[in-house]
This record gives sequence, structure tokens and C-alpha cells, in this order.
Amino acid sequence: MGLPISYSFRNLWTRRLTTVLTASGMALVVFVFAAILMLAEGLRKTLVETGSYDNVVVVRKGSTSEVMSGVSRLQASIVETQPEVARGAEGQMLLAKEMVVLIALPKRGTNALSNVVIRGIGASSLALRPQVRLVEGRMPKPGLSEIIAGRSIAERFKGGGIGEILRFGMRDWRIVGIFDAGNTGFNSEIWGDADQLMQAFRRTVYSSVIFKLRDSSEFERVKKRIESDPRLTVDVKRENRYYAEQSERMAEFLRILGTALTVIFSLGAIIGAMITMYSAVATRTGEIGTMRALGFKKISILGAFIIEALFLGLIGGCLGLFLASFLQLLTISTMNFQTFSELAFSFTLTPGIVWKGLGFSLVMGFVGGVLPAIRASRMNIVESLRAV
Amino acid sequence: MYILKLLLRNAFRHKLRTALTILSITIAILAFGLLRTFIGAWYAGVKASSANRLITRNAISLIFPLPLSYKDKIRQIDAVRRISYGNWFAGIYKDEKNFFANYAIEAKNYMALYPEFVLPPDQKEAFLRDRKGCVAGRKLVERYHWRIGDIVVLKSAVFPGNWEFVLRGIYHGRDESTDERVFFFHWDYLNEALKKTAPRRADQVGWYIVEVTDPNRAAEVAQAIDKTFKNSLAETLTETEKAFFLSFISMADAIIVAIQLVSFVVIIIIIAVAANTMAMTARERIGEYAIFKTLGFRGWRIAGMIIGESLLITMIGCLIGIALTPPAAKEFSKIVGTYFPTFRVEIETIYIDIGASILVGLCAAIIPTWRALKIRIADGLRRIG
Repeated sequence: MGLPISYSFRNLWTRRLTTVLTASGMALVVFVFAAILMLAEGLRKTLVETGSYDNVVVVRKGSTSEVMSGVSRLQASIVETQPEVARGAEGQMLLAKEMVVLIALPKRGTNALSNVVIRGIGASSLALRPQVRLVEGRMPKPGLSEIIAGRSIAERFKGGGIGEILRFGMRDWRIVGIFDAGNTGFNSEIWGDADQLMQAFRRTVYSSVIFKLRDSSEFERVKKRIESDPRLTVDVKRENRYYAEQSERMAEFLRILGTALTVIFSLGAIIGAMITMYSAVATRTGEIGTMRALGFKKISILGAFIIEALFLGLIGGCLGLFLASFLQLLTISTMNFQTFSELAFSFTLTPGIVWKGLGFSLVMGFVGGVLPAIRASRMNIVESLRAV
Repeated sequence: MYILKLLLRNAFRHKLRTALTILSITIAILAFGLLRTFIGAWYAGVKASSANRLITRNAISLIFPLPLSYKDKIRQIDAVRRISYGNWFAGIYKDEKNFFANYAIEAKNYMALYPEFVLPPDQKEAFLRDRKGCVAGRKLVERYHWRIGDIVVLKSAVFPGNWEFVLRGIYHGRDESTDERVFFFHWDYLNEALKKTAPRRADQVGWYIVEVTDPNRAAEVAQAIDKTFKNSLAETLTETEKAFFLSFISMADAIIVAIQLVSFVVIIIIIAVAANTMAMTARERIGEYAIFKTLGFRGWRIAGMIIGESLLITMIGCLIGIALTPPAAKEFSKIVGTYFPTFRVEIETIYIDIGASILVGLCAAIIPTWRALKIRIADGLRRIG
């Protein structure tokens, strides 16, 4: 068994050009495969990490995002009186009545307008989102036209940096701080005092109420009570569920696109591998005959060629993943169709994707190599010895 | 003629290998064509836009409304022929998966503004008479098997409650690029209901559609409109319909760029596969090339033979791929049809397909040609297999 295998490896080296071409075809397929998985993973991670399991979002019934929602002051106060709302260290309610609107801002460089989320926050908003950290400057003072911007807004939008001024709602807003929200969607938001922003936009209603549960297991109870209250026409969702729903359509889109692309591309690469392996078998007919004559079993020949194909796939897979790993340096910013707003996320490589990519490349190698290998193993000894 | 015969014979010397190569090129061209069509589908709205229509919306962003009172002020502006308005309704039919565009519009002028929505006169009459009436595009009606007179219930994410509409008309598109999946109904129906349930939100419109008398004056009119409402509570942003759609697309440009890149990756993959086939072919025939040289054939003849064979194989694959693209696009549109109005293979796509396959054919032949030209006769004759 040892000899045919080392013979196969050396064959790959001897026919370097063919090996490189076939493997690079597969590498590109694995690259695309991994890139799409990484994109979907990045999107998922961003939106899942945005929400936290213990937080509850209250929006108007039927609203799919905070932007579409409206919760009146009276309704917000009723939600505030629920006993399940957690309290902070100083006894304050961990509940925020927030206002969310979209504004169109020009991007740095291209000047193209894109929709950005502006969130009017309350005193507890920051406490409700432990993932948000102020990295520069200070928080906006209540009662002043001051705002803070998420890191990806500061980097990519005109007038988004600290000390700069944005004009909207007939006022100038000074950016007094930059916050970093890790991998979450908050990075693509601008925050300011809810009361000031509501004034500026002439809104009388909040968009949502967010609170932390005193005890996570009490969710069902509070959901039932709020949703059955005749004074309230609202939906109650866990925050992580709420954000996951916002990415559903985008994730579905990526999934369909990704599957279609990978299937089509992999067909091309499998055929490439098949061509290579068939020719490898054809040019070595005499040698295969010799090996059979020396006493190597059919199964060894079969194994040798399949291993050669698998190895070819593996080279392609490693190369493709190596290239794909550089994508992690990129950040994609695009419009989420469901919320209509800007969302930045990056390619994320997980061990799962690495395994999937390698597995996929081996499968491609195997499928491409199995038919030629069978042909090799079935060769008639005498006839193949005769072929030169 | 003779040379073509030789090329054909050569190309099909290894039937299996050539067949596989052709198959992979077919798949690649098919994938490439589908991806380009897919990108084209994003721009369908831009294609369908008319040069004499302007869209006026709130300058802050689309989610902020404009007061109804702007209608008369805009109409006073010079070179404005007609004006209509609408609201994005965000209606959901049964389930969120059933996505289609639905607007509340001021019907009379809207129908005149969009002559590409062709509605039979009797249906139009019936629609205009019934405040609860609605009109849907042909494709939409086919998808949900509605019939005239059916009651359609939409749940709105923006305006609470269930809304009932009676289907009064089915329009079909005048042009091929016309979106046949739009659902629209009377703005008055929405507004009257809002007056009762949420009076603060009544008499507000999402956007105005303005028709100008002369497309050349569009920029001037747009400026005049925006100037009228400068420093008001609701400042406006007026663009041509085309610019409006383009600004939408530019928000998702990262995705489009990614798809474009991927469509080039498939070409590179296929160059690798075709180059491999040609490399193997040339490798096996080195001896023959040496004989050709001995017989006195010049280098360019041999190069011509290799390049010709490579082009022959890629072009066969390309033609099959082009032939298969339209039916495949049809199948594909069934899957993603909810997101895109039209999914049509354009003639440019076919040109690019052909260009790409010529490129693949030439690239694939480079290394083998170089090898064949470089080989010294004695070395070539000595070599086996």
C-alpha cells in the first residue's frame, strides 16, 4: 500500500502545472464557499450579539423594527410599572424609553447618502447595554444638543468624528463622544438625549421601551400580562430574538445566494479534478499494469488514486482558506433591507467554517477522483502492460 | 477549411476530457450569465424610471412624512404638469415571507403619471369609484391566485390593524422592464381611517411624484421645489426618479460589488480548468509538435493550432451556456422572484459571455503554446507520453 501512495504524491509533484491549475480552481471554490459562510456568520454574530437575552423590547403591535414602531408616553409609563423590571445599584429602574429614527447622512469619500439610525436614549440606556463602551469624549448632557456616534459611523460618515457637527432636525448637533459596541449593530448608530431628539423631530411618541428583567425566567409572565393589557397594543420580545428577526431576510438572501453559487462553482471544480485524474490514469496505464503484475491488489490501486485526488482537494482547500482568512480584515457595510438602515459587519472565520471548507474540498476531490480511480483499478493487466 | 477539420479532430481526440471541459465551461458561462442577470435585476427600477418624473421626499430620510399642504405649493411651480403622492404602506399579506411593494396613492393622477401600468378602462373606472378598491400587477395576481372582486387583507407594520381591500383591477406592464408586482390602493382610504384612529398621522404623505413638462427642466424644477420648503419643519429633497432608485441601490452597493467580484472568480476558475486541459493536451502531443516542426511548419502555425483548439472548445461550451441561460434564469427567478421585479437576460450579458469565453480560450492556450514553441525538435522527438 505504501508504494502506490508515495508514487501518487510524487506524480502530483511531477506534473506541477496540472496540479497547481486543478488545485487553484478548487481553492477559488473553497474561497467563495468560505467567504459566504464567513459573511453569514459575521451578520449573525453582529445581530445576535446586539441583543441580550435578559432584555425585553416593547414595540407597537405588528412592527418589525423600532423605526416603524410608536409607543405613546402613557403606554410607556404602563410598561414602566411592571414589577418584573429590574433595578440598578442605586435603585433606579433599568428601563429606557427610546426614540429611533433614520436620517440620511453622506458617507466620507463618496458622498453617497445612506440611512443611519439615530437613537434617543434615556438615563438607563447605557446600563442596559453592557457591550457599549465610551472610548473617547463623554456622554451627551441631558438638555443639550449633543450626540455620541458609534465607531463605524465616526469612521465612515461625514461629520461623524468627535468634535464635528451634524445638522438635522433644524439644529446643529455636536458630537461629544465616540462609543465602541464591539461586534454589534449599535456601532452603526448615533445616540443622543431622547427628549432633545423628540423635540427636534417633532415626535410625541417613543419608538420602543427596553427593560431588563428582574429574573430572566419571568419573561413569559410579563409578556402575557403586557400583551393582554387592553390599554397597550404592543408586542413584547426578548432583545436577542428581536435583533435576530431583523436579520432573517438578509440571512436568507445570503443563504440562497451562497448555496446557489457554491453548488454551481463546485461542479466546475469537480469536473476540473475529474479531468486531471482521468488523464493521470490514462498516462500511467503501463505503470498501473506493472504494479498489478507485481502483485498490488485492485484495492490498493483504487486507494492510491483516490488518495491522490483527496490530496489534490486538500491542497486546494488549504489554499482557499488561507486566502479567505485575509477577508477578516474587511468590514462590509450595507443596507439591511428589513430595517432600511446601515449595518456594518465583518467576515468572521470560525473553526466550524474551517472544518466545513476542508471537508468540502475533500468531498470535491473525492467526487472528482472516484470515477477515474475505479477505471484505474479495473484495468486488465495484460492490456495495460501492452499500452505505452 | 482543412485547418478547421484538423482542429475538430484534435479537439475530440480525447472525447471524455473534451466533453468534461465543455461541460465545465457551460456551467461557468451559465453561472456568469445568471450573476450578471442578477446584478441587472437590482437596476430594474432604474431602467423603468422616466426622465420627466421627480420624487420629492423629506430631506431627513424616507421615514419622515411631508404635509399634504405641499401638494398645492408644488403645483404652482413653473413647468410642473401633474402631481401625485403616496405612502409606503408596509403591508404584509398573511406572512412576512410574502413580500411585495404596496402603496397608498392618490389614484387619478398616479395612473396618468405611470402610463406604463396598463389597466383596462372598465377596471380603472371600477377602481376609481371604490374607495376600498385596489389594483395589483399581473405577476402578483398570478402568484396569489386572486380574482377581480376578491377581498385582500393586509396587515401593516406601520399602520396598526388589518386592512381590507377589494381587488378592482389587474394591470400589466407596457414595457418589459415594468414591475408587475406592485399593489396600490386609495390614499384616501388610509387617510380617512387615520383621521379616526391616529389624527396626528393623518394628512401626511410619504412622497410626492411630480411630472415636469420638459425633462430638460427637471433639475431646475427640483431645485425650485427644495427652495420653496427650505428652513421649514419638513425640508424636502427632490431627485429624478432615476437618481432616487440609484440612491437606494448605492446603499446596498457592498453586496453588488461582492456579486460582481464573485462573477469574475467563476471566470478565473474556468480559466484554470481549461488551461489544465490544454496543458495536458499539449504535453501529450509534444512529440507531434516536434514532427510538425521537422516537416517545416512554422511556430505561428503550431501556435494557431493550439489556440484554435482551445478557442473551439471554449466556444462550444460558451454557446451551450448561453442557450441554457434564459431557462435557468426563469427557474432562478421563481426562488428570488419575491425580491426582484424582473429577471431578464440582457443582450449585453451575452456579449460579455462571448468575450469572457474568448478570454478563457486565449488564457488557457498561453502556457501550452509557449511550451510547444520552446521545445527543441530533438527533445520533442525523444520524449514519450
